[in-house]
Amino acid sequence: MNINLTLIGQSIAFFIFVWFCVKYVWPPITEAMAARQKKIADGLSAADRASLDLELAQEKASKELQKAKEEAAGLIDQANKRAAQIVEASKDDARKEGEKIIEQAKAEIQQERVQARDALRAEVATLAVAGAEKILERSVDAKAHSEMLDKLAAEL
Amino acid sequence: MAADTPVEYIKHHLQNLTYGKLPAGYERADGTVVEEATWTMARTSQEAMDMGFMAVHVDTMGWSIFIGVVFLALFRFAAKRATTDTPTGLQNVVEMTVEFVQGIVRDVFHGKNPIIAPLALTMFVWIFLMNSLKLIPVDYIPSIAHAMGLEYFKIVPTTDPNGTFGISIGVFLLILFYSFKVKGPGGFAKELSFTPFNHWSLVPFNLVLELLALIIKPVSLALRLFGNMYAGEVVFILIALLPLWVQWTLNVPWAIFHILVVTLQAFIFTTLAVVYLSAAHEDH
Repeated sequence: MNINLTLIGQSIAFFIFVWFCVKYVWPPITEAMAARQKKIADGLSAADRASLDLELAQEKASKELQKAKEEAAGLIDQANKRAAQIVEASKDDARKEGEKIIEQAKAEIQQERVQARDALRAEVATLAVAGAEKILERSVDAKAHSEMLDKLAAEL
Repeated sequence: MAADTPVEYIKHHLQNLTYGKLPAGYERADGTVVEEATWTMARTSQEAMDMGFMAVHVDTMGWSIFIGVVFLALFRFAAKRATTDTPTGLQNVVEMTVEFVQGIVRDVFHGKNPIIAPLALTMFVWIFLMNSLKLIPVDYIPSIAHAMGLEYFKIVPTTDPNGTFGISIGVFLLILFYSFKVKGPGGFAKELSFTPFNHWSLVPFNLVLELLALIIKPVSLALRLFGNMYAGEVVFILIALLPLWVQWTLNVPWAIFHILVVTLQAFIFTTLAVVYLSAAHEDH
């Protein structure tokens, strides 16, 4: 229990240990701890951000979906309208075409009727001349009576 | 064991291994007379005492340095491998200790000084480990030392007043250093002269009071630690004197109790040292 040089030796050892600890032990440990703290904090905030991003993305996606649905509905509507128009137009065309055909047919019929009547008229004139020849038993000068015959034919 | 009676046994256990200078013409225990002043190992307590101040407690120095080196090597090892990923094993222990000490410093120390926290860590772990040596049964290491030819061997450096005073004097020097640095010589002198009574006529009284308070700081630090450890050691030695079959009934509870004392004393020493250093940093 004597006080002696050990006292000084112990003090020197103490200062050397403190110096070593200050210089080589404390900084790396506290730096590592601080770095980890920062890392964890960053991770947490990143997770927060990510969940926020996810929410935004979901919102955006549902908006897009809604928009797409509306667009599709619009397209279908348009298409329906267009189809109805086309059908209407083709109906119109068909009717016009039909009318045209009927008109044409009517005109043709009319023409043929005129032709047939003309032919018939000519035929009737000839037949009448032949009949008259037979009745008169003599040849009638067709040229001399053509005026009378034409009058007859016009009356038919 | 060089101890026949209980008193001798106890005395033997409380004697440090001393290497010192014997004065010329000194008659040693075995009757020989040293011709001139020589450095040698003390063979008896009387010789150790007669060496006076020019002596070193080899066991105290050896064990405290060994423990300090173990502490720093362990922490340095952990510090070098410290990762920012999930810490494991040793790193966990080291970081827990560091955080514990950081907590003490944050609560107690109000100045700004990056030295204080590592200083507190050094004090805490070093003293804790030195105190922990006490949990080794009292006869183990002295017996081994005896087999190696060393007469005395006391392994717990904190049961040696030199050991505790050595540290507290270190703290005292730091207190003085920071008092001068932060307050300046004038400010420090003013603080010593005008507290607690701020009147010129009471300056001498204040000075005596404050100087006493200043000097008491390292003394109380060292004596508290030494007293607790020494008393515990004595009780362990006394228990070791009991018959073998009854020793454990007292030894086990006392050792368990000392796990608490060992930690508590290290904590108290560290906290008070930080408190004193904090006061040294306060500039009024």
